[in-house]
Amino acid sequence: MKVNMKAPYTKSYRVEVGSAEGRSVFGLSGDFSISNLSAFTSEIDARIRAIRPAFLTMDFSAIRYLDSAAALAFLTIKKREAQNGVDCAFVHLSNEAERIFSVIPEAALAQPPLKPQTERHNVLIQIGQSSVHIARDLMAFITFIGELIAAAVYTIRHPASLRWKDVLFYMHRAGVDGLPIVALIGLLTGLIIAFMSFLQLKQIGANIYVPALVSFAMVKELGPLMTAILVAGRSGSAYAAEIGTMVVNEEVDALMTMGFNPIRFLAMPKVLATILVVPILTIYSDFFGILGGLIIGVTSLDLTVTTYVTQSVKTIKVFDVVTSLIKASVFAALIAAIGCQKGFQVRAGAQDVGKFTTSAVVTAIFMIVLTDSIFAIMFYYIK
Amino acid sequence: MDTDIITVENLTARFGTNIVFEEVSFNVRKGEILVIVGESGCGKSTLLKMMIGLNRPVAGQIRFQGADIFSSGEQILGAYRKSIGVLFQSSALLGSMTLRENIELPLGEYTDLSPEEIDRIIKMKLGMVNLAGYDHHYPSELSGGMKKRAGIARAMALDPQVLFFDELSAGLDPVTAVELDDLILKTNSALGTSMVIVTHELESIYKIAHRVLMLDKQARGIIAEGHPRELKERSTDPRVTNFFRRQKPEASF
Repeated sequence: MKVNMKAPYTKSYRVEVGSAEGRSVFGLSGDFSISNLSAFTSEIDARIRAIRPAFLTMDFSAIRYLDSAAALAFLTIKKREAQNGVDCAFVHLSNEAERIFSVIPEAALAQPPLKPQTERHNVLIQIGQSSVHIARDLMAFITFIGELIAAAVYTIRHPASLRWKDVLFYMHRAGVDGLPIVALIGLLTGLIIAFMSFLQLKQIGANIYVPALVSFAMVKELGPLMTAILVAGRSGSAYAAEIGTMVVNEEVDALMTMGFNPIRFLAMPKVLATILVVPILTIYSDFFGILGGLIIGVTSLDLTVTTYVTQSVKTIKVFDVVTSLIKASVFAALIAAIGCQKGFQVRAGAQDVGKFTTSAVVTAIFMIVLTDSIFAIMFYYIK
Repeated sequence: MDTDIITVENLTARFGTNIVFEEVSFNVRKGEILVIVGESGCGKSTLLKMMIGLNRPVAGQIRFQGADIFSSGEQILGAYRKSIGVLFQSSALLGSMTLRENIELPLGEYTDLSPEEIDRIIKMKLGMVNLAGYDHHYPSELSGGMKKRAGIARAMALDPQVLFFDELSAGLDPVTAVELDDLILKTNSALGTSMVIVTHELESIYKIAHRVLMLDKQARGIIAEGHPRELKERSTDPRVTNFFRRQKPEASF
């Protein structure tokens, strides 16, 4: 008999009940493995319950296949029956079966975990922990901004130290690659505003104000805001994932041991590239937003292209364009800085990369909206 | 150890126009430890990936219990995957899960065992690889050697018929590597599990291999097969003797 003969996909086993020398005997034959473990343990349990033996012998002589899970199950039955006062014995074990039983680490089965399972805390503790996390995140972000400013000052004093090739690469990634989606979202936003305002303004015969409303909304608010949100989703997440993966692969550690400042080396090119391209993307978005409004104006409001453009140009002031570009630049700096900082916060594993990438996008959008509110109030008083 | 469990027939691997190996044939015998060696780029990992059902060969077959795992349908490939265990070079433990959850994964998916039975099996597997008590530890909390052992515990979860190891001792210190070799030998001897191992470590090869297959980049196939000591002493092929007689170079600075 060769116990370790490999089992076919379909397993067959038998448990024959007999008796000999005053002991109940279970004659085991066939294959006993993890795939039929539930079946054979249930059958053995049922037979034990039916005959309630005081002395039980399990005869392994006809077993063709036995694996470690099945051996463990037999040992478990033996132990349990011993506790119930049943004298249970295994007989006719082949050398292979003996070897399998010999490697079952019985002490390990009783070993409690060295570390307790992570428990879920009650709501109050969770709120407390979240508050601490938020405070720590804020501190980490402020520290990072400080380091970034220091890196920027160094870069201004030593422009050659900046990896300009990387700046161009990220300008292409964040800017050029983002043109189609920024154009599409801008166009659709313009269309929506024009259409919705037309529905309201036509009731008072004020259709002529639709171009002004669209251009004002696009340049003052929606252009910078929509562009920033798109860049946060596209580039902020990419920065966090890229740096996070580098942290996991110890590439950031390698840079530090080679004497490079990772913020100057990895974050500066991304931040600068984003600050340079987002204002351009914003103008691009404004243009397509006004174009969207123009489509509605010409097709639904009986306005001519010249009238629409004239009305739009009359509405937009230089101050609005400048403040819009200032906002776009600040949003860009926030998106890139948050993306990079979240990337550096990754510690271990793919899960951390996902967590901080998501956090980069959510935090960036929150900060964009918050900063936009502050700008709205600030520019109102400046004007 | 006289019956074949896996039969590889005329296997060919190609990346674009670059042929990695062609018409490679060999068997994996029941209960044996087969070690695959060869220089970088000779196709060891490619061959291993085909044998574990991840990459399809351009030509040839891999037969398990008589059926070609690639052309006999998804059911056979699925059954084959349940019959094998794999330890990847990086251990490939899921970082977001504890060791217990990593081992529980195949047990929960492919068996109808009760939670108590699964718990007992997990503890047994952890004990077998000397990680008793590490149930709730995450992979990031373990050393390289411990991760490898945890990877073996997960690979053995379903009591596979064949275990595959990619670069078994890569990145481990010599003491840990020896411990891992002992674990391999113990598992093979006690459970009779067939093992296919890709490694470069000569000491490990001499210690654990029942049989060695040597692949060669230029020959695009197997150039030697046999027990490592036999190959070292009797082979007339300089590529084989150079590999088996190489010594660690003395420090030269």
